[in-house]
Amino acid sequence: MDTNTAAEELVSRDTTSVRAYVQSGQPWIWLTAAAISVAFIITVALLSLTAARGLPHFWPADLVQASYEQPGEDAVPVLAEIRSSEEVTSARLKSAGLPVDEQRDLYERLLIKVGNRDLLGADFRYVLGDWLVGRSTPEAAVVLERVEWGNFHGYLEAVKQDGEVRARGADAWDAYRPLQERANDLRAQLHDIERGRISNINYDLEQLRLEERRLQLQGHTRESHPAEYAALDAQRQAGDAEYQVLRQELDTLNRELERDALVMRTATGEEVEIPLSKVIQGYRPNAMNVFQKTGFFLGKIWEFVSEDPREANTEGGIFPAIFGTVLMVMIMSAVVTPFGILAALYLREYAKQGPLTQAIRIAVNNLAGVPSIVFGMFGLGFFVYFVGAGIDKAFYPEAAPAPVFGTPGILWASLTLALLTLPVVIVATEEGLARIPRAIREASLALGATKAETLWRVVLPMASPAMMTGLILAIARAAGEVAPLMLVGVVKLAPTLPLDGNVPFIHFERKFMHLGFHIYDVGFQSPNVEAARPLVYATAFLLVLVIIVLNLSAIRIRNRLRERYKALEH
Amino acid sequence: MTGVQDKAALSRGIDLDSLTQKAASTRLEDQRIALEVEQLQLYYGQKQALKDISLKLPHKKVTAFIGPSGCGKSTLLRCFNRMNDLIDGCRIDGQIRLHGKNIFDKDVDIALLRRRVGMVFQKPNPFPKSIYENVAYGLRLAGINKKRVLDETVEWALKGAALWDEVKDRLEDSALGLSGGQQQRLVIARAIAIQPEVILLDEPCSALDPISTLKVEELINELKTQYTILIVTHNMQQAARVSDYTAFMYMGDLVEFGNTERIFTKPAQKQTEDYITGRYG
Repeated sequence: MDTNTAAEELVSRDTTSVRAYVQSGQPWIWLTAAAISVAFIITVALLSLTAARGLPHFWPADLVQASYEQPGEDAVPVLAEIRSSEEVTSARLKSAGLPVDEQRDLYERLLIKVGNRDLLGADFRYVLGDWLVGRSTPEAAVVLERVEWGNFHGYLEAVKQDGEVRARGADAWDAYRPLQERANDLRAQLHDIERGRISNINYDLEQLRLEERRLQLQGHTRESHPAEYAALDAQRQAGDAEYQVLRQELDTLNRELERDALVMRTATGEEVEIPLSKVIQGYRPNAMNVFQKTGFFLGKIWEFVSEDPREANTEGGIFPAIFGTVLMVMIMSAVVTPFGILAALYLREYAKQGPLTQAIRIAVNNLAGVPSIVFGMFGLGFFVYFVGAGIDKAFYPEAAPAPVFGTPGILWASLTLALLTLPVVIVATEEGLARIPRAIREASLALGATKAETLWRVVLPMASPAMMTGLILAIARAAGEVAPLMLVGVVKLAPTLPLDGNVPFIHFERKFMHLGFHIYDVGFQSPNVEAARPLVYATAFLLVLVIIVLNLSAIRIRNRLRERYKALEH
Repeated sequence: MTGVQDKAALSRGIDLDSLTQKAASTRLEDQRIALEVEQLQLYYGQKQALKDISLKLPHKKVTAFIGPSGCGKSTLLRCFNRMNDLIDGCRIDGQIRLHGKNIFDKDVDIALLRRRVGMVFQKPNPFPKSIYENVAYGLRLAGINKKRVLDETVEWALKGAALWDEVKDRLEDSALGLSGGQQQRLVIARAIAIQPEVILLDEPCSALDPISTLKVEELINELKTQYTILIVTHNMQQAARVSDYTAFMYMGDLVEFGNTERIFTKPAQKQTEDYITGRYG
């Protein structure tokens, strides 16, 4: 009897009440799991949404040949890509002035890309699905990607060489392909000469001009220092001569490029002659199978990440923006890390802990809450107008009145962001320093190390993972920041990268492009809204990817450091 | 209470006969003096932690400091290499003389002092570096960077700390992979690598298992042929086993100091007797 009651006491009696359920801790597990799930789902959703909205832009969609028959108007033949469709109420269509049947509730409305902006005025149109009749996808339909005016939709009639027809009808497509390769090859050579060699010569000539100005400012005249001027003149003549040679090469290449032309017929039957120099590539989406389309898709994505933008950023790639973002984050990291670590070291290790250090600590933390545009204002006022102008006055008098550092540029942008992210690094480093056990410091001191030696040899290495954590947070913050950059160095289109082959290779004073600003620019300032929309998503997707890559590399470094200095666990 | 019970209680398992034999040659008055403490007062803020301590510590002998928790024995030990300088609000009056030089003088270089007075702490505290680099740490600080000298000294120190055979094949492994006892001997090797004169041991075995404790005690016995050793311990058997002299402290006072044998068999003070017979502490 006794043993029975004792055994019964071990069995919990109350297993059904809410109280028992709460006590068991189960609700906590659900609540915490729900929180992390929501965070995870939102992250995945963000990536999927930007990818789903952005990436289809690069897929070669079928060209639909159809006749658009709006009641009461003439039928118009169209040749278009169908971009999206949506259901719209008839009332809305009615108020837009369309002759719809009010008895029906909903109509399908399509967004189609008709291309041919030079002929039609706009390359996107909204049409009602019901009125787009006689749809077919002819294999011969061609899309031409052009240097300007966007895509051309039509049919290839003939290929001309020096004004003479070389191929017509069915043969024209086969004749066109090698000519396009030749044209692209010529264009690449032209690009090499213009952006490479000629721009190098221009850079050198500009340096010579500045050199001459410097001599003048020093009071050296042609009469007093003929040798110096002679050397400059000789170099300038050499540069000019080289330029003339290149100029001729350019003319030859341009003439070569102008040789061929395509005769195209639009959906409405109009014949148009398009010089091949204006065409980047042509393809027949309806004749491509799914593998060819996939190959084309990947090629377009590669073009997007590796090439310069065209046509007010609505075509081409965004390479300069990726490059600018990464370079700016790197310069920022190189500045903020040592600066933040030194500040944290003093605050935690040397400063006497008291109300003053506490006040400074609070001030530093509050700095993280200041709106970023305020940092932008500060950067403009302090770095650009004060420091930059000072540098110009002291070191670049020959460039005046043109500013060198006294104008927004990548260095000032990086420094502004370094200021913005400084609190994060300081706080993380301080926490890391505070976590180093006293015993380890005493061990070092007891061996005859000074405080500085202890910090340098033991404490700093052990705190390095915490510093990396600070840097990771700083990178995440900095890479996504746009507002302050608009004041201190970001531009819509930078003619040159801040890194190139001209000494001193990295040009801190140059303006640069940035993915975040690119999104803003394409999204708000684009003349061609429909063309820009998928690019906004694609660029956003890429920005997230760039931040992920930057962070992952920092996290890898941190994990390695953690592995090496994992003394904190015991 | 019978006399037998009394003696058993007093000795608490300590082998008094061997102690007596040892004592013959260890009269305090005959010893060369390594460190001299004179009228040492130590305050933490307003609170006085050490009260007028004076004693002479013999050269190349083991001196144990015993006493209940909070009696100031660790604080006193940390005075010898000026570790207390790190504590805010700590103030010291009086002198500790090493070779006749007061270590609290303004012109004393603390780093040099600590190179001559090494210390081993309660919990093993190796650096998160390799075994080799742990032992070489003090040498590198002293400016020794020649590979050959470092190699030789590291081997010598590890042998001196009876650890060489266990780690000679994995000198480049992290010191954190060693067991607690090995870590403590590594820390001792680290301390002797820079060849100090005095080694301070602050409860070196309190975090160790009995076998590791035994090894460390054997090591202390060997080390005393070359170093002056000061050890703080809670464990009275340990004090009796390893030390030649014992100082008993209570509430910041030095109550009694003398031959270990005499302290444990014929304590002059009532407080000492009460403590080692286990009436408090």
